[in-house]
Parts: sequence; structure tokens; C-alpha cells
Amino acid sequence: MKVGVPSEVSPGELRVAATPKTVKRLQKQGFEVYIQQNAGVKANYSDKEFEEAGAKIVPSAADIYGKMDIVLKVKEPTAEEVGMMREGLVLLSYLWPAQNQELLQKLANQKVNAVAMDAIPRISRAQKMDVLSSMANIAGYRAVIEGSYHFGRFLNGQITAAGKVEPAKVLVIGAGVAGLAAIGAANSLGAIVRAFDTRKEVAEQIASMGASFLTVDINEDGATASGYSKEMSKEFIEAEMKLFLEQAKEVDIVITTAQIPGKPAPKLWLDYHVAAMKPGSVIVDLAAATGGNCALTKNGEVITTSNGVKIVGKLDQLPTQASQLYGNNLCHLLDDMGKAEKWKIDMEDAVVSRAMVTYNGKINWPPAPLQVSPTAGGGAKKVVAPTAEETAKSEAEAAKKKATTTLISLAVIGALLLLVGKYAPSEFIQHFTVFVLAIFVGWQVISNVSHSLHTPLMAVTNAISGIIVTGGLLQTKNDPGNIMTILATVAILVASINIVGGFVVTHRMLKMFKK
Amino acid sequence: MFIAKEIQTAAYLFASILFILSLSGLSSQESAKRGVLYGIVGMIVAIFATVMGKGVEGHVFIIAAIAVASVIGILVARKVEMTAMPQLVAILHSFVGLAAVLVGIGSYLDPATQALTGAEHTIHLVEVFVGIFIGAITFTGSIVAWGKLDGKVPSKPWSFAGLQMMNLILVIASTVLGVMFCMAEGTSGLLYLGIMTAIASFVGVVLVMAIGGGDMPVVVSMLNSYSGWAAAAAGFMLSNDLLIVTGALVGSSGAILSMHMCHAMNRSFFSVIFASASLGPKGEKKAIEGEVTALNHEEVANLLKEAKSVVIVPGYGMAVAKAQYPIHELVQTLRSAGKNVRFAIHPVAGRLPGHMNVLLAEANVPYDIVLEMDEINDDMPDTDVVMVIGANDVVNPSAQDDPASSIYGMPVIEAWKAEKVIIMKRSMSAGYSGEDNPLFYKPNSEMLYGDAKASVEKILSFLK
Repeated sequence: MKVGVPSEVSPGELRVAATPKTVKRLQKQGFEVYIQQNAGVKANYSDKEFEEAGAKIVPSAADIYGKMDIVLKVKEPTAEEVGMMREGLVLLSYLWPAQNQELLQKLANQKVNAVAMDAIPRISRAQKMDVLSSMANIAGYRAVIEGSYHFGRFLNGQITAAGKVEPAKVLVIGAGVAGLAAIGAANSLGAIVRAFDTRKEVAEQIASMGASFLTVDINEDGATASGYSKEMSKEFIEAEMKLFLEQAKEVDIVITTAQIPGKPAPKLWLDYHVAAMKPGSVIVDLAAATGGNCALTKNGEVITTSNGVKIVGKLDQLPTQASQLYGNNLCHLLDDMGKAEKWKIDMEDAVVSRAMVTYNGKINWPPAPLQVSPTAGGGAKKVVAPTAEETAKSEAEAAKKKATTTLISLAVIGALLLLVGKYAPSEFIQHFTVFVLAIFVGWQVISNVSHSLHTPLMAVTNAISGIIVTGGLLQTKNDPGNIMTILATVAILVASINIVGGFVVTHRMLKMFKK
Repeated sequence: MFIAKEIQTAAYLFASILFILSLSGLSSQESAKRGVLYGIVGMIVAIFATVMGKGVEGHVFIIAAIAVASVIGILVARKVEMTAMPQLVAILHSFVGLAAVLVGIGSYLDPATQALTGAEHTIHLVEVFVGIFIGAITFTGSIVAWGKLDGKVPSKPWSFAGLQMMNLILVIASTVLGVMFCMAEGTSGLLYLGIMTAIASFVGVVLVMAIGGGDMPVVVSMLNSYSGWAAAAAGFMLSNDLLIVTGALVGSSGAILSMHMCHAMNRSFFSVIFASASLGPKGEKKAIEGEVTALNHEEVANLLKEAKSVVIVPGYGMAVAKAQYPIHELVQTLRSAGKNVRFAIHPVAGRLPGHMNVLLAEANVPYDIVLEMDEINDDMPDTDVVMVIGANDVVNPSAQDDPASSIYGMPVIEAWKAEKVIIMKRSMSAGYSGEDNPLFYKPNSEMLYGDAKASVEKILSFLK
């Protein structure tokens, strides 16, 4: 099977969908790899390197779109590019299907089977192909570097002979992958990092990356089952805006990362927030491409406001690194789809069926929802939680059933005891009473034993069960030839080994337990 | 010098109280040592009260037997390695079983009991019969368990199709023998008793042979329970309340432990005991995806250097390699570097309930960083590195997401949720359940092959 990689036509797109390393990997998977001339130049990969890795270089995009079985691409294709595609081609690319209905229609008309890499469901199994995460990670890191560059000061605090330098304060809004990466990068440069997110569950993740979690006093959780946050109530947003205004007066660098899939980015940092900031402060808006979180952001530009605040709406993509990670994501997906040998578009597969947005001339979007909140535990299967009502109902039923069983077994036990009482001699009944009560006592006592002490417990009960020695003690006779004496002596011997051994070994074990 | 029957009864009551206090003392580490002391005092009181009672003869033999036994017991208990603890406990159980059989036969032959008549006589005979039956099963079952734990008997479940049917027939045969035994005059029932003892011994062997090594914690605690019931049965035949109380205590304690273990493995008690879990799983197995990647010791050491929070999941492999000492050293090194290091213990890790705790305690690991599965599972997503040392099934994600797996539904330590999982293993072989482990194939898992002890020591050398 032939895999092709075209040049990216968009001037702002520096990445390429394959690198010499991933070319080698693709060949290992059994694919023949074709790269369009100069496809990797902007990402610092020369044709020579690709050739050395085993790829064939073809001169034009038409060679790629017209002749290959699979095309790997970064940015969603233009109308012109779609026009070149042959029927049955499998395209792996960013497509942003929610925003690009028209493009989907074109792809479907052309009978292209297109996989939107940005629509890979965010479940554990698919993490290795999740381009949003891998790219967001880069963006978060880069946001701090660019912010620091435009800020033009140390991020860390220093006390030097020449005087004291205050550490910079960085505010990260939105603690997704990009936000967390930004927190980590800013923290390691020595800045004081704060982070805000509407989802309460990420507070721990924020703390683990070294930032303090900012929150408002309104008890509302923005978490949804999809893993993204929902839109919040009016009161919440008001409180949030107030919090941001307070922060705006203090912080030096603001990094905003809030995005909602398929919608324009929410406006979180308004003009009056910008106005409240100190001159020389920097806003890095990672959501610039979808309209920006800051009201003043201009996509693709770095602007300076009248009060001296820089707003960064364009980020370098770190194309060399980004291409490598993106390429790896693609390789993982191809791996999952059976490599060259067992290549199959499996529409039953949870990942493929959701990311394959056009298939056999039909549009397959939007997909069925899939829940991936970090609180939902492992595996996609467990997520269907019963409602509170259902749980209460089934619990009530279980309790009722249990009560019935208890009643029946009590009746049976009562009847049996009556029988025993009728026929057994009184001495037996006495012993039996003691026996049953002792079982209950044992049950109660043992239920409290700490899990870590189960081995010592077993050794002690073992020693205590050596009490059977009393049986032997009662049976020995003075006559050594008597069979009973022999039996009893052996019984005493083994039971005593048990007692002594059991206690000594328990003592040894317990001596070791210490705080 | 004899003590009166009433005083003896009072002494027995005192001993019973001491035994109960002894067991309840074990509910926490602080009071556990006191618990053992209560047990010892109770035992001494009980033995003295018995020996001083009226009608006890043969003091020479009693003293000699106890003296010899004490020497043997102390020597064995001192010498045994903590890793061999399960074997020791198993073999000690067999002693109780043997004693129960001997006491039972002795009681049958005792002229005093021959004099009983009517219902009392029959009941006594039934007690003898039942006591010996349980005792014999405990005896041979424990020996097989000891053999399996010690590696002398293959730990694989040994079973055949008609096994349960055969057991049933043997139990019925024993019942028939029991009826014949009760009808026999004088001591002529000894023959039936002998045959039944042989049958019960055989049942004991088969019962434990059929259970796999991974289920050993259940078997050991079950045999613990049996040894208690055997003692209680002896108490009935000797009309001795102390024996009954103590036997019942031990019996119910073993039973509750077995149930804990079964619960921890999401298996029903009966399916473990009758080995029916080896029946084929339902449905198609999930295919395992991903590939296994391995690290070397230096890379692991570097990962640990960078980690802030480390969780160690030990298993039977740690016990086998006796790796607890270097692990403790590793933990000390990491902790003094300011890292949060904790242990996650699965309820059925090892071959004995609480096995891992004992081994770690032996190596002086403070018990407040040794946590149970439930206590630590929630922290897994925030953990940087999980080191799985010689454990397999207890970290198998199939238990949660693959209904076709034989361990589906068993609670497991969710190691895969951590940033990085390092699995120290001798080879890629499956765990005791025989299930392949998808954890090894996850993108965030790395293998570190080799003996656990040698590996940990090597990692330590890179950390210093």
C-alpha cells in the first residue's frame, strides 16, 4: 500500500505529516512512502533525509492525491486539494468537522474516506493517537516561552548584588493539556503560577504541576462527561470576571487556553481586564485561531495596546518537534487500523468509527457521544452509571430480598434447634450453646482485625487451636504400654509444637511491625 | 494435689476470655503484642488447669512431650525465614489435624466413654467420627498445601472431570461408614473408623491438589478454619467447654478470613474450594494491543529521580526474590530525597493473607506508608511512577474492562492510571490466574526484566 505526504499549502502551516523517523516506522508497518518535493523544508526536514530514510520523492501534489492509497496531512485540505483526490482515498488530517460541513460534503462527494485526527475520541486507548493532546502540549510550552520573550524580564525571583528581582506572576486560564503544559513550563522557569478552570476536578492536577488553583465562591462544577467544560451560569461568570479583574492588576503574563470544540472560543479576558493590566504585561492567547479568549486578540498578530500590554495571537509551532509527534500519532492510528498487511476500516471500532467523518460517500458526523471524564474510572464500559432513583430502587429490592432470606434461614435454624433439643441429652445442649455463642464472638472479634495483621492473626489462631493438647492431657495413662498413652503422647507432642511454634513466630512477626 | 472441678471450670473460663482478648488485640498494630501475651497466658492457664485436674495420669509423658515439643517449636519458629511463613503456618495446621485424629481415636478407645449408654453414647460416637473426619482432612490437606507453597508439589491445579462426583461419593461412603460405626458394639467399630480416616485423608489431598497456587491464601485460611472445627469437635467428644470455645473461635476466624480473601478476588467461596473457577471464561477474549517495551536499570533510576510520587506494588515475586531489604533501602533513599513513596498492597498479594505486610515489616518498612488497595487507588492518577515488583494479576486491567477474562470483576490496583508504570518481572509469563496482562502492553508501561532483588540493588547503585 502506498502512503503519501503532500506539502502543506497554507503559508502559516510549518508542520509536515511525516518525518524521516516516522517514514522508517511506516515502512516497518509495510507501507511504501511517497513524499512531495520540499514537503518537510519548513519543519527542517530535507528531501535528502527523507530519501535516506527510504521514502520516494514525487514532484507534485497531484502525484500524491491522485495515486496513493493513504494520504497523511496536517491542515485541512483546500477545495483545490480535494479536487485532486481520487475515489477511495483514505485521508488522515486535521479537518475540524464541526466547523467545516462544506468541506465534509466535498470529501464525501469525492468518495474520500477521511479521518479527522482532531476527532479521535479522548479515551485511554486512543491517547497515543490524540493529536489535540500532543499538539496542545507543545502549544502550552511555547506559550510560556513566547510570553517570556515578549515580557522581557526574568521569570524567576533573584537576589543579586545588583539588587532584588521579583518573580513574575503567570496566570493560566483553562487547565487542559495546553494549560497544564504551560503551568509546568512557567513553574520550571521560576515564575509564580496561578491557574483557573471551571472544572473542580482539575484542582489536583493543577496543584501537581506546581500552580495554585484559583476558584470563585460559587459552587458550580463545569465538568461534563465529555471531558470538556460546559458553559457556566450568569452568576458564575460574573464572579469569574471579578476574579480575573483582581488578577489582572497583579499578574505579568496571562496565558489563555479555553476552547470549546466546534464553537468560537469563549471571551474570558475582556477589554477592561486588559486596561487594568500593568504596562509591559503580556497576554498569550492560545485560542486565537478560534476567535481568541481575549476580546482584543488578533489572530496571527502580536499587538501592543495603548496601555502597553502585548497581546500575542500567533505562536510558533515548533514545527520540527510538532511534526515528529504528529507523525507518531498518525503511525499509531495506522497501527490500530491493521498496518499495511491487515488494513481494514473497521466501522465497529470505537476510535475509527468516530474519527472517520466521511465514509463511502456519506458524512459520518457528528458521532455518537462517548464519555471520558477523568473521574469516570477506567474503561469506557463502566461509564453508564445508574441514576440515583434506580440505585435506591434496586437497593430497596435487595434489602427486601435479604430480609426474606434472613427470615427463612432463621426459621430453618429454629426448627433444627428444636429437633436437637428434643432428642439430644442436656449435656450436649449445654456444650452446643457454648459452641454457637463462641462462633458469634469469634465472628465479631475477627471482623475488626486489621488487614495487615492477617498473617499474625493466622499464626495466633493456629497457636490457640493447639488447645487440642488438653484432649491429649486428659487421655494419658500411667501405663506406657497402653495404646491410649501412646496416642495421647504423640497428640500432646504435635499440638505443643503447634502452640510454642505459633506463639514464637507471631511474636517474631509483631516485633517487626513498627511505625 | 488436685484442683476441684469448679476451679478448673473457672480457670477454663478465664482462659477463654484471654483467648478472645488475644484475638481482639490483633485488631491494631499497637495492641497486637499484648494480644499475643494474652494468648500465651491463656494457654498456660488452660494447660495447668487441665493437668492439675482430677484423673489426669501419666505426668511423666506429658511433661516429656511438652518439653520436647517446646524445643522443636522454638527452634523451628526462630529459624524459619519470613518468606517461608506460609509454609510454616500450613504445616502447623496439619499438626492440629493430626492431634485431632489421635485424640479422637483415643477418646473412642477410652474405657470411660465405653460405659456411656443410649443417646449419649450415640452422640459421643458421632462426635468422634466427625472430629476424626475433619481432623484427617485438615492433616493431609495442610501437608499438600505446605508442599505446594514450598514448591515440592506443583502449584498448578490438579483436577479431573469426575472430581466433584468422586468427592460426593466418598462423603456418602463416609456417612454410611459412620452409621455402621455407631451401631458397632464395643471397640469393634475401629475398622470403620480406620477406613473412614483413610477416605478423609484422601479427600484432604484431592481437595487441596485441585486448588491453584494463586488461591493459596484462601486455602490456608480455610485449613485454619478446619483446624478450629477439629478442635471444637474434640471438645464435644471430651465434654470440654474450653476446647469447644477455642475451636469455635478459631473456626469462625478462619472462615471469615477465607471469605475476606474470596471477596478480594471476586470469587465465591464455593468456586474456590471446589475449583470450579477453572471452567472456561465466557465470551471472546479481548485482544491485547500495543507492544511491550523494556527499560534498563539506569533508565528506571532516572525515572525515579524525576518522580515526586512513587507507589510500589509488591507481589509474590518480591517474596520469592527476598527483595524486601533492598526495596526498603530504595524507599529510604527516595524518601530522604523528599519524594512521597508508598506501598500499595492488594488483599490477595502473596500466598497468605497479609503476607506482604509481614515481609515489609521484616525489612523495617514503617507500616504507615503501607496502604491497602482501596486507600491508594484514588491516588493513582497523581502518581508519577508505579513500580510493580513481582505482582501480576493484582494489577491486571482485564479485571475491569474485559468480561471474558477469568478475573473480571476482581478489584485490582489501578497501576495503569499512573504516569509511568515499571513492571519488574523475570519473564513475560502469565500470573497465577494464567491470564495475560494487558498492563504490560500499555504505552505508559515499561518492563524491567530480571530477579527483583538484583534489579532493585542495581537501581539503587544508580541512585547513589
